[in-house]
Amino acid sequence: MARILIPTPLRQFAEKQDSIELAGVTAGEILTGLTTRFPDLRKHLYNEEGKLRSFVNVYLNDEDIRYIGRESAAVAESDTLSIVPSIAGGRNV
Amino acid sequence: MSEVTLSKDEILRYSRHLIMPEVGMEGQLKLKRASVLLVGTGGLGAPLAMYLAAAGIGRIGLVDFDVVDYTNLQRQVIHGTKDVGRPKIDSAIETMRDINPFVVLDRHETALTSENALQIIKDYDLVVDGTDNFPTRYLVNDACVLLNKPNVYGSIFRFEGQATVFALEGGPCYRCLYPEPPPPGLVPSCAEGGVLGILPGVIGLIQATEAVKLILGIGTSLAGRLMLYDALSMKFRELKLRKNPECPICGDHRTITKLIDYQEFCGIPHQPAEPVVDLSEVDPVMVKEKFDRGDNFTLIDVREPHEYQICRIPGSKLIPLGDLPNQVSTLDPDAEYIMQCKSGVRSGKATDFLRQAGFHNVRNMKGGILAWSDKVDPSVPKY
Repeated sequence: MARILIPTPLRQFAEKQDSIELAGVTAGEILTGLTTRFPDLRKHLYNEEGKLRSFVNVYLNDEDIRYIGRESAAVAESDTLSIVPSIAGGRNV
Repeated sequence: MSEVTLSKDEILRYSRHLIMPEVGMEGQLKLKRASVLLVGTGGLGAPLAMYLAAAGIGRIGLVDFDVVDYTNLQRQVIHGTKDVGRPKIDSAIETMRDINPFVVLDRHETALTSENALQIIKDYDLVVDGTDNFPTRYLVNDACVLLNKPNVYGSIFRFEGQATVFALEGGPCYRCLYPEPPPPGLVPSCAEGGVLGILPGVIGLIQATEAVKLILGIGTSLAGRLMLYDALSMKFRELKLRKNPECPICGDHRTITKLIDYQEFCGIPHQPAEPVVDLSEVDPVMVKEKFDRGDNFTLIDVREPHEYQICRIPGSKLIPLGDLPNQVSTLDPDAEYIMQCKSGVRSGKATDFLRQAGFHNVRNMKGGILAWSDKVDPSVPKY
């Protein structure tokens, strides 16, 4: 089981949990497991074409998965995945 | 260039810097010769401006066009209660002059735009981004990349913050991290989601530290690393931040060579010339008249329970937006509903949701409980 960290803005779509343990051997499998468990998260992570949105980054430990094979990046038991969305800070325009 | 020196008063003022060999007289003179542009004097900008002034940066430029209001005071410590209603830039300059009269302060009382950004930024050694919205963040980033100026970045939301240094000596930029902004409305702002008042102090001072280190040329910069801070777990984490070879502004095949329209880039529509009358909206005054007439309708407040505790409209029924899908079966598709939240954004989503679920008599109360307080009942507190 690998751990996946859910950031504050997305916790409302994941029953308010900050992290969960999921089985899977690639980043894609873990993310699929996550959105299967919390279907409301799907539209926040993926666009209409099913690709990860460009303002949501996923890290395997401290490495951006865009540079290590994207969804096919291999995940080991002790690894931690993090979802890091862009935040602007302050008020809306 | 004329020789920069420290006066007797300045030597006394900076003595705790001067006795550290890592700073010393040479370092303090570097600080005095340096110029920093601070974009925004809000949550992040407040501690940044105060500490950078105290540290003895020679020239600090401030960009802000906002006015101090009561909701700022919970975190924007550069402004005080007496400053409510004043331009933030005036209040910030007054505080900074009091902290350190030796610093030269430049006023840029304007919004940073594609037209003025390069002109303003070119006169500074580095930029510290204390802005609060995506269009300005991308604008600051692109202008810094084009001018080859380091951009010290910080951002906050609720209990979490991010910080790094972009565009340092050709290093990764904001677009390498996030190629595109989220569409408007998908990511909640601090005004909707809230922010812990102390949080911008922590993140702003990480930015100030990085700015001072860059000027002194000491230590290891945050460039190439994204620092994440979570106040609730009191944890700092660090992620690798790589230069994206496909980055449209700093990559191998650049497609952006000048500043663009950042409102459009962030999907924010330009103001329409004619206000459009929206049949799905209703003014708070009309809602009050409906209550007074005894009309048969239900006002549904879709805010969170902790907001309902702060203030509420008498007669409203609480169904938080997140619970609406579960509660929809308890509502009557033929009945009349008016949806309400704090400012009208969440209740707009609730209105759309119910309309799509087949409810045909649902409207959104324009401006939320804030507008109710302005137009109907001033005794309802605003927050």
